[in-house]
Amino acid sequence: MIAFLRRLGLPVAAVGLGLALLGGGLALLGYDAGGGLSALGRGAFGSWYAVGSATLVRAVPLIVIGLGVAIAFRAGALNIGAEGQFAAGAVAATVLGLGLGEGPPVAVIPGVLAAGALAGAAWIGIAVMLRQRFGVQEVISTLLLNFVADAGVSYLVQGPLQESKHVYPQSDTIGLAARLPVLPGSRLHLGFLLAVLLAAGLAVAFRRTIWGFRTRAVGEAPLAAALAGGIDVGRTSAVALLWSGAFAGLAGALEVTGVTYALFQNLSPGYGFTAIAVALIAGLEPVAILVAGIGFGALEAGAAGMQRDAGIPAVAVNVVQATIIVVALVGVARSRRIRPEVAA
Amino acid sequence: MDAITGFLAASVRIATPLLWASLGEMVAERAGVINLSVEGAMLAGCLGGALGAQAFGGAPIGLACGMAGGLLVAAVFAAVAIGAKTDQIIAGTAVTLASVGVTGLIYQRVAGSAGSGLTLETMPPVRIPLAADLPLIGPALFEQPWPTYLAAGAACLVWWVVFRTTLGLRLRAGGEAATAARAQGVPVRRYQVAAVLVGGAMAGVAGATLVLAQVGTFAERMTAGRGFIAIAIVVLGRWHPVGVAVAALGFGAATALQFLFQAAGAAVPYQLLLMLPYLLALVALTGAVGRVRSPAGLGRPAE
Repeated sequence: MIAFLRRLGLPVAAVGLGLALLGGGLALLGYDAGGGLSALGRGAFGSWYAVGSATLVRAVPLIVIGLGVAIAFRAGALNIGAEGQFAAGAVAATVLGLGLGEGPPVAVIPGVLAAGALAGAAWIGIAVMLRQRFGVQEVISTLLLNFVADAGVSYLVQGPLQESKHVYPQSDTIGLAARLPVLPGSRLHLGFLLAVLLAAGLAVAFRRTIWGFRTRAVGEAPLAAALAGGIDVGRTSAVALLWSGAFAGLAGALEVTGVTYALFQNLSPGYGFTAIAVALIAGLEPVAILVAGIGFGALEAGAAGMQRDAGIPAVAVNVVQATIIVVALVGVARSRRIRPEVAA
Repeated sequence: MDAITGFLAASVRIATPLLWASLGEMVAERAGVINLSVEGAMLAGCLGGALGAQAFGGAPIGLACGMAGGLLVAAVFAAVAIGAKTDQIIAGTAVTLASVGVTGLIYQRVAGSAGSGLTLETMPPVRIPLAADLPLIGPALFEQPWPTYLAAGAACLVWWVVFRTTLGLRLRAGGEAATAARAQGVPVRRYQVAAVLVGGAMAGVAGATLVLAQVGTFAERMTAGRGFIAIAIVVLGRWHPVGVAVAALGFGAATALQFLFQAAGAAVPYQLLLMLPYLLALVALTGAVGRVRSPAGLGRPAE
């Protein structure tokens, strides 16, 4: 019990500090700090609608991407390109959703989601290929690919994929068969259930499968893994990166099929970076990521509420997220390194 | 001015903020610190430059305020990454994230959300007589706003300090072999903090230059990854000021290509041209690594 409370201490302290900094910053700038923070709280938990349709819905991409980030980080690899992979998955889901809109949902939905995951894996695959063949560090390549994906989406929604009336920079809405079922009376879609299952599955995979062991070994002790364990470190971390991209792509597909039903620019309000905070504060543990994802979903929902009700720009919540990352980092730096310098 | 001359002039103009930021990043990386907060520092420099020029009237003050903004962001990064010895890459990403949030907040407070942002007069080019009359390259190199000339001066200064002084030698020692340097009495972490602060200040100037000499206003996330491109430029430039300057020019040219294409009337969608600098960075990084050695201790926290 004590140990559990101790472990909870760090995240709680992190969130508390982040909120305090946000409140202080708001007050310093002359915003209504109290009003802003309470709007934040209401946006996240103020009503059943807020909880179900705002917080949990926003938690889905954070959980799914966060799980992917955890896979990569555990293997000692850094995927900072989740934004781009998310976009790739969203594009794939949109294209397929537009084309397959008429078939039976039971077949169409898994197909669309799989396409999203594949697209995400393919997008990070570029960075992985550059790493394996040319030694380009994935930190830079995944980062740069974010911007390429951004420009790509911009081109698509103003060009080939633009909606039929050619007025708005967005795609047509995807067919009904491609849309995820939704809990009646809310906007909570099947993606949430999928996120829960993925978290459980990954937890099992990490602890009980050979793949999980290899991935963790490569991240925690690459030399020992290579020499004593005979593990191909480079290959294992490359595969981890691909899975990471697949998860991010899946998140993009879930967003299109469950929430927006169409493609447009800036589909992700920085989920790729927020998910890093989610994964870190959860100590890269899948079940904890589920909880942290919901917590951060609450932050995002609260941020939207804060912008709506108190007129405070939603990006302000970045301050809270950044604080959480820093606190998590400092906490970890005391005990062990998050990732080794070499995983090639 | 025909299209080619215009293209060259635009290349140099666009390359200037990149040069400032990558010179600063080079100093930090030579000291052994990989500083991903350069993007956030640049953004803070953009805001500082915009607000400073607006409040106190005048580009020089704007540039100084931009430098201050970059310094602030770098100080936070230094505290977290070097002070607390945390993972430099994640710390840098977090600081950049915070910078995006804070600059967005401050700007909205000052300029309001009505949509009519700040508009500033951009700095006029300063013409160097005679030299500017050279065909083709004359206007490109000698008819630019003065931060460009300052950047060239900064490159020379950085080269001299880092490669020709004892101070620079100690800095580089900290980046190559921190433990050995420490044994020799070099206060490595102090040098790293100083290098990061210099890098942040220069990134701040880069941001201010972007606003005051090019764009004329501030917008959320306006740096659009230029800070990260600066990191690529450092790799491409082999961590040497001359290489960095050439690489920065290359990127300026890649971005300026948009205008050349438009002038030539080619029907290339502008978004694909927008991708060009980033794709170029990837291609160039591919060719650079393997034949190039980064400072041996890059990214590793010193004791």
